[in-house]
Parts: sequence; structure tokens; C-alpha cells
Amino acid sequence: MKPVATTRSAAGIPTGLLAVWWIVASEIVIFGGLLAAYLMYRLSHDAWAGHAANTNTAIGTVNTFVLLTSSLFAVLAHQAAEKGDGKKAARFLLFTIGGALCFLMIKGYEWNYEISHGMTITTNTFWSFYYTAAGIHASHVIAGAIIMAVVAKDAAKGLELQRVELIGIYWHFVDVVWIFLFPLLYIAK
Amino acid sequence: MSEEHEEHHTNYVKIWAILVVLLAISVAGPELEILWITLITAFGIAFVKAYIVVQKFMHLGDAPKFVTYVMVTCLVFMMLFIAGTASDIYKSNGENWYKIESEWQYMPPVAQHDEGHGAADEESH
Repeated sequence: MKPVATTRSAAGIPTGLLAVWWIVASEIVIFGGLLAAYLMYRLSHDAWAGHAANTNTAIGTVNTFVLLTSSLFAVLAHQAAEKGDGKKAARFLLFTIGGALCFLMIKGYEWNYEISHGMTITTNTFWSFYYTAAGIHASHVIAGAIIMAVVAKDAAKGLELQRVELIGIYWHFVDVVWIFLFPLLYIAK
Repeated sequence: MSEEHEEHHTNYVKIWAILVVLLAISVAGPELEILWITLITAFGIAFVKAYIVVQKFMHLGDAPKFVTYVMVTCLVFMMLFIAGTASDIYKSNGENWYKIESEWQYMPPVAQHDEGHGAADEESH
């Protein structure tokens, strides 16, 4: 028996898809609030420009490129799933997971450097924001990668291919969040 | 459904290439250190990139209209809540309180960190 999320579409779209859009809606409030609060503090504290000068633009740029590329793989996985090619969809999902791991490794290197140079979450409010925003985002990357692994496992057998689109929407949203975090944390100096 | 089918034949690699070019511009623009160019290239382009991802990768346009309304409603309410607290955020002091941040000094970049300015150390205590 298929789950309700697959078979029911009381709102005009499959319930699983509706649920993912609801998650995205709640995430808009979480990340939107974080980014808006950051922006307000940044505009009212000139010293933050000095703190932001310590972030590494090159690393931020590479990580943005990695996430954009992983989003490409996610949408190609969706395209393959629509054509019923589960194996291809699973392969693209694995590439997306590779992007997530790459992003996390770069982020780990970056944080290691910053923490070892005295810039920790307790240094001041700028760094509190920096680690909170990037940390919450990274936790979403980890969650997305784990869910994608589960979806890819089934997709490789041609099962539950509709889930490929669902995890894709979540992943693209994680990408959108980073698109806004990047100029705030790495470029506005 | 046929519309959706057409949409998903989009050349995604081309869209990705556009996003990468936009990323390059958003990094190069602020290097000129001209405020309005920085605002347009860094933040203006961020909105363009986000719009492309939402429309072309997330296919928000394919979803029923109410999905877009839900997203916009969440965004508007979030901004209302933030606006409600903005007046406090922008004040540095009030009755029986003041912000420690208002006493902050400029913290020099890492390279100059050991030159005895000590701003970061002072702030951490």
C-alpha cells in the first residue's frame, strides 16, 4: 500500500509535495528572520565591517559554486526521475551528496582556521551571528545529504521516484539561503 | 501536465552556467569599492540568482498559486515581526539598559591581530 503522501492530493498537488512546500515556508521564517536581524545589526554597527573583513571571500565563493553545482545535479536527478530512470536519478543524487560533503569539508577547514585565530562564537555579536547562521545552514546541508542518501537508495531500485523532486525542492532552498548568506558574510566588508 | 513536461525539458546546464557567471560578477563588482556597484552586484544579483533557482530549479511556477501565496505570506509576516523589533535594535540605550556593542571598537583584520590593539580580547571579556 502506497503512503498517503504519494497517493493523496487533496490540495491539488501530492500531499508529500505540499509538505515540502510547508517546510520551505517555515524555513523562510527561520532563515529570513536570521538574515534580516543580521542586516539590521550590520547597518547599525560600523564595526561589523571590520569583523567581516576577516571572512575569506575566496572560500565563500568556492562554496557558493559547489552549492550551485550540487543544485544542478539535484534538478538533473529530478529530470531523470520524471523520465522513470531511477538509476540515473540515484547517480545524480549521489553527485549532489558529493557536493554537500565538499561544502562541509571546506566549511570545516574555514571554521578551523577562524577558531584557531581567535574568532569564535563568543568573540562578539558579529561572530555569534556568523557561526549561528552558517551553522544552522550547515545543519540543513547535513540533513539534506542524509535524506538524499535514503531517497537515492530507493530510486536506484526504481522505487518512490516522486521523492527525488521533493528532496530537490528542499535542496534548492538550502542553496537559496546560501545565495543570500554569501554576500552578507563574505562580500559586504 | 503538458506545460510541466515542457518546462522540465529546460537546459539546466545553461541555467547553471548563467548562475555561475552571476556569481563571478557578484564577487568582481565589489572589488571596485564603489558603494552602488557593490549593492547592485552583491545584493541585487543575489535576488536574481535566488529568483532563477526558485523558478527554474524549484519550479515554483508549476505549483498551484496558493503555494506562492503561502511563501509570500511567510516572508511578509517575518518582515513584520522584524520591523516590530527594529526600533529597539537601532537604539543603543534606554531606561536602565544600554548595549554593550555600542562600546565596541574596530577589530583589525587577522594579519594585524597581534600588533597590540587587543580589541578582540577586550570584547571577549
